[in-house]
Amino acid sequence: MITAAVPEREDYLNVSHGLKSWLLTKDHKRIGLLYLATITLFFFLGGVFATVIRIELLTPGGGLVSSETYNKLFTMHGVTMIFFFLLPSIPAVFGNFFLPMMIGARDLAFPRINLLSWYLLVVGGLFALFAMLAGGVDTGWTFYTPYSTTYSNTWVIATALGIFVAGFSSILTGLNFIVTIHRMRAPGMTWFRMPLFVWAHYATALIQVLGTPVLAVTIVLVFCERVFHIGIFDPALGGDPVLFQHLFWFYSHPAVYIMILPAMGVVSELVSTFSRKAIFGYRIVAFSSVAIAVLGFLVWGHHMFVSGQSLFAGMAFSFLSYFVAIPSAIKVFNWTATLYKGSISYATPMLYAFGFIGLFTMGGLTGLFVAALGIDVHVTDTYFVVAHFHYIMVGGAIMGYMGGLHYWWPKMTGRMYPEGWAKLSALVIFLGFNLTFFPQFILGYLGMPRRYHTYPAEFQILHVLSTAGASVLAVGYAIPMIYFAWSLRYGKVAGANPWGATGLEWKTASPPPLHNFDKIPVVTHDAYDYSTVVGEAVEVG
Amino acid sequence: MGLLRLFPVQASTFAPDVDHLLYFLLAVAVFFSLAIFCSIFYFAIRYRRRSENELPRAIHGGMALEILWSVIPFGLTMVMFTWGASIYFNESRPPDNALDVYVVGKQWMWKLEHLGGQREINELHIPVGRAVRLTMTSEDAIHSFFVPAFRTKQDAVPGRYTTTWFKPTKAGKYHLFCAEYCGTNHSRMGGWVYVMAPRDYEAWLSGGASGGSLAENGQKLFDELACGNCHKPDGSGRCPSLSGLFGKTVQLAGGATVKADEGYIRESILQPQAKIVAGYGPIMPTFQGLVTEEGVMQLIEYIKSLGPPPGAPAGGIAAR
Ligand code: HEC
Ligand code: HEM
Ligand SMILES: [Cu+2]
Ligand SMILES: [Cu+2]
Repeated sequence: MITAAVPEREDYLNVSHGLKSWLLTKDHKRIGLLYLATITLFFFLGGVFATVIRIELLTPGGGLVSSETYNKLFTMHGVTMIFFFLLPSIPAVFGNFFLPMMIGARDLAFPRINLLSWYLLVVGGLFALFAMLAGGVDTGWTFYTPYSTTYSNTWVIATALGIFVAGFSSILTGLNFIVTIHRMRAPGMTWFRMPLFVWAHYATALIQVLGTPVLAVTIVLVFCERVFHIGIFDPALGGDPVLFQHLFWFYSHPAVYIMILPAMGVVSELVSTFSRKAIFGYRIVAFSSVAIAVLGFLVWGHHMFVSGQSLFAGMAFSFLSYFVAIPSAIKVFNWTATLYKGSISYATPMLYAFGFIGLFTMGGLTGLFVAALGIDVHVTDTYFVVAHFHYIMVGGAIMGYMGGLHYWWPKMTGRMYPEGWAKLSALVIFLGFNLTFFPQFILGYLGMPRRYHTYPAEFQILHVLSTAGASVLAVGYAIPMIYFAWSLRYGKVAGANPWGATGLEWKTASPPPLHNFDKIPVVTHDAYDYSTVVGEAVEVG
Repeated sequence: MGLLRLFPVQASTFAPDVDHLLYFLLAVAVFFSLAIFCSIFYFAIRYRRRSENELPRAIHGGMALEILWSVIPFGLTMVMFTWGASIYFNESRPPDNALDVYVVGKQWMWKLEHLGGQREINELHIPVGRAVRLTMTSEDAIHSFFVPAFRTKQDAVPGRYTTTWFKPTKAGKYHLFCAEYCGTNHSRMGGWVYVMAPRDYEAWLSGGASGGSLAENGQKLFDELACGNCHKPDGSGRCPSLSGLFGKTVQLAGGATVKADEGYIRESILQPQAKIVAGYGPIMPTFQGLVTEEGVMQLIEYIKSLGPPPGAPAGGIAAR
């Protein structure tokens, strides 16, 4: 290597150039960025669908689009947002990029498989895009049978295949994480010195590996019935439609934790870093992730309280659902307790962490409502459920994702984003979010069913409020897109550790060199030991 | 209406039960949200960073606190569970004297049939103060029968019967929705439930009947389909008598038993091979495709209307 001719420090971004160096890369950091670009596109697409939905719902009688189109819009919104944005989001972007760095590894255990998983997501996404362009699909993201297998005339198979392929991306990512965490930890990085982000991803990976194959099998069964008319779900062919719901939710309930656990991991990092304190009850928070992953497999029937399943099954699933709620609550209490006597900074990532805690709390608490049998019979399949899961998935998971993006942006790009704009947009997102989704709780309890193109006029005011909120939310998401792009060129140059954080990812340059560390670090401290990073410390508290 | 309504009307006995549970949940939710939000605000302001090189003393946790904030929420959730489950239990136990109404969902309408033979589409007329039991199924996709004012909802699933019940407490006109997504016109698959004073209801009943009660129509169908060639009232020949069947516990070939309810009779007609009565051969042909869901409901009502078989000792071994 000719050192004299290199004007700037070599890092993973400038070590090689050209499209090929990206498309064939085995560097987990570049793959993380490939994912970032991919899911940003899908987020944008899902957002466009949502925009049309919200505009349509301004008036009770429909009119902007036909019912067929409306049904396709909410289906494609759900499919894109869940399978091609939220499921990959934090694990595939930040997990890929930072999980190896946080445990002091040079890469994931299987770099080639890592690249393969990105290609699988892209191929799956192309299938889904094809289905959307060819005419769309109208089954809802839940693909309930026998509607999806017998009655829908839309592109069910193409979409389902897209999800099938993307599922393998998720399985392989999970596998890679599990092996990496077991085998690649730096000397001294014991299990209980791992950052909670890593623990959360370990739990997530377990679900990805154990749950996703069930989704794959379910899709194959739908395929067999739709294409070969083998009776599995359609009673007209001798099948059982409710069996599909069992299979689907056996995966999809745990899948909601694939979306939220990584965000909880991010929030643990943020709360600790920006209050300069070890997470209160570190081990409990770590174990609660694993508990959520395990218990999450036992509650799927809470989506089926009015499906005609037996009285006993309904009671058992309600009972078990409350067990999942406890570890989630414990996390919230521990984050709050961490702030006590901390040194709290209001940097943008921390604002997102506050937003996460607030909105996740509301989402989780309304989870208690829908897990209560008597209430759920009334609110299931209404906007109440829609509000519940958006509070968790948008208010929780996406807040966590945005927090992580701001937190690690300096590390990934070497540049700072403009703090003032970032704070403003965090505030706009928070307000817009609440205005969009809070009215939906009221709508749902009033009885407004979900997936309705037209609705009785008495619900209009609340729908208009919700649409107004969605416009504010859209502005909130647009601002970061602009300033992040701007910062790539004009942002202030970030140092190695702009936040005074303890993670190993901050112990190397920003952006990091190709192999992350010049020398593999030796770990001698707990995950959140701030005495090692605060120079000339002034003790407080 | 113009008025911004924030809470649904209560028009069944379940409505106040469900709403009381809601108030409890709201109280718990508001308490915990406020506790968390206030702590965060307070800590964030009280312990804000005042200089760049502050180093707070590490606090690694406290077992007593962890136990406290696991056990208290757990106790509260168990109250929620028990309370919710008891409502659900009641919702699955219709009283014996309930008024029966049959419901068939199809893309995109609700077809309802009263025992007297009155048929309705997307409308249900019922008297106030009387429990109503719905037995329902679907001809195509899954639908869901939802009346917000009653706080009840039940999926109508093709290939089987599901049931629900409610007791209206207030005369009026209430929304009926389809709550389970079922295709293009899902949002238009609905109408109204009319809860009427008993006298108005009687008037409506006598105005609406056309051509025989459900059981009478069932009898006609029974003859048309020649069920009677096999099923003789006295049980002679190679087929069981259907008299007194409804509600009985049936001994099946292979040792299992099953209660002869609507679902069992429906299955016996459409998938006779699924359960074979002990002592008989699997010779009954399927009537799938020959009889509609409504027809099956009429047959059921006819079978229900049959008394015990002639000469049978009342309350024999097989009787319930
Ligand atoms: C070819 C003769 C035959 C015809 C026609 C027939 N069945 Fe049957 N049915 C049987 C036999 C034999 C059984 C007992 C074996 C079994 O369970 O399938 C039976 C059983 C039943 C049972 C369950 C009885 C019990 O004791 O549990 C019902 C209900 C029933 N049939 C109704 C009908 C109706 C309604 C029709 C007309 C639409 C009909 N059957 C036509 C032969 C027949
Ligand atoms: C705190 C514990 C939670 C409990 C007790 C809980 C409970 C429930 C229940 C009972 C339902 C079914 C409601 C219905 O369909 O009638 C439901 C729906 C849903 N929940 Fe949760 N939930 C919890 C957390 C989460 C989390 C963390 C997520 C996502 C990250 C999530 C996402 C969803 C989604 C997507 C649905 C709706 C699926 C659909 O029908 O399209 N929930 N939840
Ligand atoms: Cu669930
Ligand atoms: Cu419907």
